[in-house]
Amino acid sequence: MVLAVSVLVVLNRSPQVRVSSQFIAGTPEPGGAPVRLDTSLYLPASTPAPAVLLAHGLGATKSSLDGQARDLARNGYVVLTYTARGFGRSGGLIHLDSRTYEVADGSRLLDWLQQRPEVEQRNGKPVFGVAGSSYGGALALMLGAVDHRIEAVAADITWNNLATAVFPNSAGGTASSGSPSTVGVYKKLWVGYLFSVSMPSGVAGTSSPTVPTADPTTGPTAGPTAGPVSSGCGRFAADICRFYQRAGVGTAAEQATVQLDSAALLRDSSPASVLSQMRAPTLLTQGEQDSLFPLSEADANAKQIAAAGAEVQLRWRSGGHDATDAGDNVNGWQRQFFDQKLGRGSTAPAGSDGSFVLAERGAGISATNGRRVNTTLQAKDGYPAVTGQRAPTTSMALSGPSQVVNAPPAGSPAAVTSLPGLGSVLGAASDAGLASTAGLSMLPGQTASFTTVPLTEPTLITGSSSVSLDVAALMPAARSAAHAPGTATLFASLRDVAPDGSSTLPANLVAPLSIPLSGAAQQKVTVALPWVVAQVPAGHRMEVTVSTTDFGYAMPADPRSYRIALDSADSRLSVPSVATRTIRNGTVLWWPVLAGVVLLLCAGYLSWRFRARRRGDRDPELTEVPVAVTDLVKEYADGYRAVDGVSFRVERGQVLGLLGPNGAGKTTTLRVLMGLIMPTAGSVRVFGEEVVPGAAVLAELGAFVEGPGLLPHLSGRENLELYWAASGRPFEAAEFETVLEIAGLGTSLDRRVKTYSHGMQQRLAIAQAMLGLPEVLVLDEPTNGLDPPQIAEMREVLHRYAGTGRTVIVSSHQLAEVEQTCTHLVVMARGRLVAAGSVAEVAGSAADQLVVADAQRALEVLTAAGISARTVPAKRALEDVFLDLVGERID
Amino acid sequence: MAATRRGVHARLAALQKLEPAGSSSSPEPTASGYRGFESGRTLPLRVEFIRQLKRRRTQWTGGFLLALPIIMALAFQLGGSSGSSSGGPALVDLATAGAGNFALFTEFASVGFLLVVIVAMFCGDTIASEASWSSLRYLLSLPVPRARLLRQKLVVALTFSFGVNLLLPGWAYLVGGVFFGWSPARSPFGGSFSYTETLQRMLIVAGYAAIQALLVAALAFLLSVLTDAPLAAVGGATFLVVVSNILDSITALDPYRVVLPTHFQYSWLDALTPVISWDDMIRGTALAVIYAALFFTIAWTRFARKDITS
Repeated sequence: MVLAVSVLVVLNRSPQVRVSSQFIAGTPEPGGAPVRLDTSLYLPASTPAPAVLLAHGLGATKSSLDGQARDLARNGYVVLTYTARGFGRSGGLIHLDSRTYEVADGSRLLDWLQQRPEVEQRNGKPVFGVAGSSYGGALALMLGAVDHRIEAVAADITWNNLATAVFPNSAGGTASSGSPSTVGVYKKLWVGYLFSVSMPSGVAGTSSPTVPTADPTTGPTAGPTAGPVSSGCGRFAADICRFYQRAGVGTAAEQATVQLDSAALLRDSSPASVLSQMRAPTLLTQGEQDSLFPLSEADANAKQIAAAGAEVQLRWRSGGHDATDAGDNVNGWQRQFFDQKLGRGSTAPAGSDGSFVLAERGAGISATNGRRVNTTLQAKDGYPAVTGQRAPTTSMALSGPSQVVNAPPAGSPAAVTSLPGLGSVLGAASDAGLASTAGLSMLPGQTASFTTVPLTEPTLITGSSSVSLDVAALMPAARSAAHAPGTATLFASLRDVAPDGSSTLPANLVAPLSIPLSGAAQQKVTVALPWVVAQVPAGHRMEVTVSTTDFGYAMPADPRSYRIALDSADSRLSVPSVATRTIRNGTVLWWPVLAGVVLLLCAGYLSWRFRARRRGDRDPELTEVPVAVTDLVKEYADGYRAVDGVSFRVERGQVLGLLGPNGAGKTTTLRVLMGLIMPTAGSVRVFGEEVVPGAAVLAELGAFVEGPGLLPHLSGRENLELYWAASGRPFEAAEFETVLEIAGLGTSLDRRVKTYSHGMQQRLAIAQAMLGLPEVLVLDEPTNGLDPPQIAEMREVLHRYAGTGRTVIVSSHQLAEVEQTCTHLVVMARGRLVAAGSVAEVAGSAADQLVVADAQRALEVLTAAGISARTVPAKRALEDVFLDLVGERID
Repeated sequence: MAATRRGVHARLAALQKLEPAGSSSSPEPTASGYRGFESGRTLPLRVEFIRQLKRRRTQWTGGFLLALPIIMALAFQLGGSSGSSSGGPALVDLATAGAGNFALFTEFASVGFLLVVIVAMFCGDTIASEASWSSLRYLLSLPVPRARLLRQKLVVALTFSFGVNLLLPGWAYLVGGVFFGWSPARSPFGGSFSYTETLQRMLIVAGYAAIQALLVAALAFLLSVLTDAPLAAVGGATFLVVVSNILDSITALDPYRVVLPTHFQYSWLDALTPVISWDDMIRGTALAVIYAALFFTIAWTRFARKDITS
């Protein structure tokens, strides 16, 4: 893991990026006042390289682009960022991306870049791309359309036509006029918000004590003058300011006039006016949570670019002006796009003309914190309007009676759906299942609703659904037809209603409707519902709601009533639903494939490893020998030889004493005999069969080695019974009664073993070893912890046990005990065998005894006669022999 | 006392005297093996179940798991509804909506650590505790073949582990129903599931959690084979899972995080979306299978030739 981290660190070490700031002359203001633009040039490690111009959003400066610029420069692009005119330290006034000013500025910046030696030239032409978000996005689109030096355009969350973005109207062709109303509903809250964020602080009327309008040394040469400041518009140009101050003020007729008057001005600031000239491939990213520039703006841009014959790729991202979303990697997508179009040779999956990627918000849930996350979908057939294929739609029957809705005077209280910059808060609240947001957006008496039947299968809405409605104004009795409202202002939305009645408003978007009415006559209108991406689960219903108010928009001041009904001829809801597949970060398929391969390899290895039950070979010569140890060597990993070439045999009926000091190798030998450890060389055979782990012949062996191994939480009886049951042999074969009598535990047998004394555990463990009365009984220090009478009993039991023809091996260092108990002896020391044979043989080993009266004299005589002799005590105890054997006679 | 002893001697004396060499009674591996021994019958699952079930720690764990949902439900009732933090974990907000949601929240709250510890305990303790009691050497000299010993012990430990993984949500469902009503689960994505859907989704959740538990089980089991100290096996497995969780929270490791054993631990949450997204659950299952296969293979290979010195 440490390795992986260090690899990452090495990989992430970024190449050096050089940055320089400079002012570049922009387009002069109308009076001829020169304008300087504050720019930064980012140079990659190696030049020449393709150049990218980055434009910022409204109210920001070039510093907001620093991160993206560095990222691009690290990836080998020359990047020029600049502060647009009217902002920050750049001079001039804000003309809202006017073709004459801001777009012309862009061309001047390209002129400057073109002179730089760092910018790559291909076929004598510089390689340029342009990117921007929102305000900068519109600039990118317009500059890309008019300046054909640009070879790639990336525009994020921007507008197509500022007039329709500011005065939207989702009411389509009406029955009477056949064309949509030219007058829309003023998006007052957003426009006001945008103007306020574009004011320099201190001028916008805030109480900021410092007034950093113009720094004399670096400041704008045609900065905010007394004129714009006193107009209350900050650095906005006079014509823009005039529009802003008139919009949304006055009667409906006056407002309509403002809209018509400003149409030309706003059109001059709109990509719609120039996109027919677009040649460069374009990446359009648009936000799904965007009540300012909804997805419909990108749709219009895409259609115009495609009509101009240029390539266009679309991506609907989950954030937008209403919310930021961590899943939106706009910078990364734009870089990939430039890699693809400006030829930096990327391995990133390239989009193609008409490719369409969309985010399904909250479709997943984070595996780390349980929060909802987005999934990314790819439209299988691209963007319908670009690829020329018909957008697939689903048609659903709507039902609902004709309903009367009231518009309150002055449009208050108004439904709240989305707030500039706060859309995410409302969205989060509705995500959390708070019913109150639904309450805020659907005020009683103001809302008509029409629902479908519960969906039989889940439906993904991708875009604007449409429905036909009949709308009529209701005349208050006191009024004559002459006072009838000329236009109905309504807000339509499409909701997802769960079986429990709770409803959600996808992306908190509403579609404002401005419907021209003639008197009280019923007007048929086709409504384009908000552009959303929403998954409606099966069992849920869709609901079209029509409301009279929305907080974000300008509304008529007089109270009104409307009757709203479904179109009697066509009461169906048409829902666009493109076929999608989930974009996976990496494929899924190779995971199960790899798992299968690993599984097969492991299973194959294990079955090969354990292919046959390990059966040691069988020596037919030794089938009658209970235990035969042959040249046994056990060397541990550290090189220590615990047993070094030991051989001995144990015959039937013997009680063999395995004798030796600590570390002699007794226990190691017994462990090999039990199949617990593997010999390094040599073998141990029981009845001719080599002992290996799990060798069946071990069933002939009962052992008690190095202390008891009892389960402390079980009683003595349970221990014995479960141990025997684990052998899988018949219960009767255990000879429980005999064994229990040997244990002699009496009533203690039913107490938990953890309460036993050392001696009791010892007796129980010996009893356990004797279960089934095995052919070979191995006991290691069996008399430890027993009292003298019990020791005597044990001795007797072992003799009798051997008397049945069975074999007993007792290991001990208590010499007297062994001498009394055993018939035969094996003496070990330091891993080697030093003596073996019957007790008598070993005790009298190496010499016959001759009893003489005068030992000293006899010795002299024998020595003189050439017979080797020595004196020993009259009665040789085994202890003497033992000390003799292990102490002095070792080679 | 003495009388008893006489009894022993009498019994031994009465035993058929084994014939000396060359007789028919000499041990021969017959069709049924030595002395009726058949390796395929050793350590029956029933025996291992009893050995484990009689342990206090098994009983305490069971009791604790039964108490946990009740404690949680009481806490929710006492604490009232929490003020929802915007965008906060949606499952907490819905925990008191009904039986299904309570069960889902209980699962969410316990998967990260509690179930890991419990599974690590069942699978990490099983061999190492035998080694620490010294009973392992007596089982092996019965002889229970080593591969079979591992298999039988693993089957029992996994049964307990999976049992816990099913018991907890199931019991939480019942407790949640008693405390918060039996309405079908509400999706954190808005709307509700039908009863059949609730059951189906909960089965997917429990099933996937069990598969992820397999990974922890395999790790703990391997450590249990490698060490003679139960604490080292259980603690070691838990420790490694926690380390993996910590590394997984470092998003900078991103392309490599997917190989962390716990990376897909919570992917069962994908089963709560209106349209189940199987991708991460497939990945998580594959990852768990890969790790489990490797750990088990090492465990078996290692144990087959290991010197039992405990």
